[in-house]
Amino acid sequence: MAKILNIVESAYRATIEEQDDTVLWFNHMLANAGADIAVLLRGNAVNYLSKGQEVGDLRFGEAGLGNPPRIAEDVAVLRSKKGVPIYYVLEDATQRGLERSSLIDAGEPVAQADLARFVSGYDRVFHW
Amino acid sequence: MSTVTILTMDAPYESANSTTALRIVDAAIRKGHNVNVFAYEGAVSYSVTTQKPHQNPVKGTSVEEERHPNTKDWVAALLSAAEQKGVKLDWVRCGLCEDERGAFEQVPGTRRGSPADFVKQIASSDNVLVIPTK
Repeated sequence: MAKILNIVESAYRATIEEQDDTVLWFNHMLANAGADIAVLLRGNAVNYLSKGQEVGDLRFGEAGLGNPPRIAEDVAVLRSKKGVPIYYVLEDATQRGLERSSLIDAGEPVAQADLARFVSGYDRVFHW
Repeated sequence: MSTVTILTMDAPYESANSTTALRIVDAAIRKGHNVNVFAYEGAVSYSVTTQKPHQNPVKGTSVEEERHPNTKDWVAALLSAAEQKGVKLDWVRCGLCEDERGAFEQVPGTRRGSPADFVKQIASSDNVLVIPTK
């Protein structure tokens, strides 16, 4: 089976309307279908590992959200229940002031200098 | 009471721009301002009434449990909120844009128009915000 790496860079795209991240959701579905996948969060998407995310009671007039997105929880479940390895680009987190202690314990850092070697370990690489 | 016009261009379910626009509309109404919206290109789909909520097979939730929001409901709620607040929400949809997309079934209270309506909205506004697709 081909080893697939999904590099997730587009972040918080329609997460309010969808109540989740559509790319992470797609990864859940790929894992459910038996694909051998891993996820690398880069750019703004490294924030998906942040513990401090809170959508709150967002409303438009009297219409609100049924189940506000819990992105970090979705990432954690992808790791813990689906067995999908989660990685993130260390420098992208550092640049955004995200220290290891502020992140959920689901992702492993990959240094930018190691990215080429890291990516070469996969048969298919999809950049989202 | 002021009047603000917002042009929004992104399709729903595609970026944060759509919810940003709706949040600004909501805030303006709550503060008692009149709001004009010009829904351009993909934004005409905010108010398509054939949108349906769905279940979430990843979380194992049913349609009822998921309570997935649709933007058509948010547009309707904003129209209702404006009416209750006693302010005007003039929601204009680009007619040619909805023709392109077959987006014909639309939330009542919104209206079909053209960029000429946007010009009129600008003329009647204290300020205008364009939120384009990038």
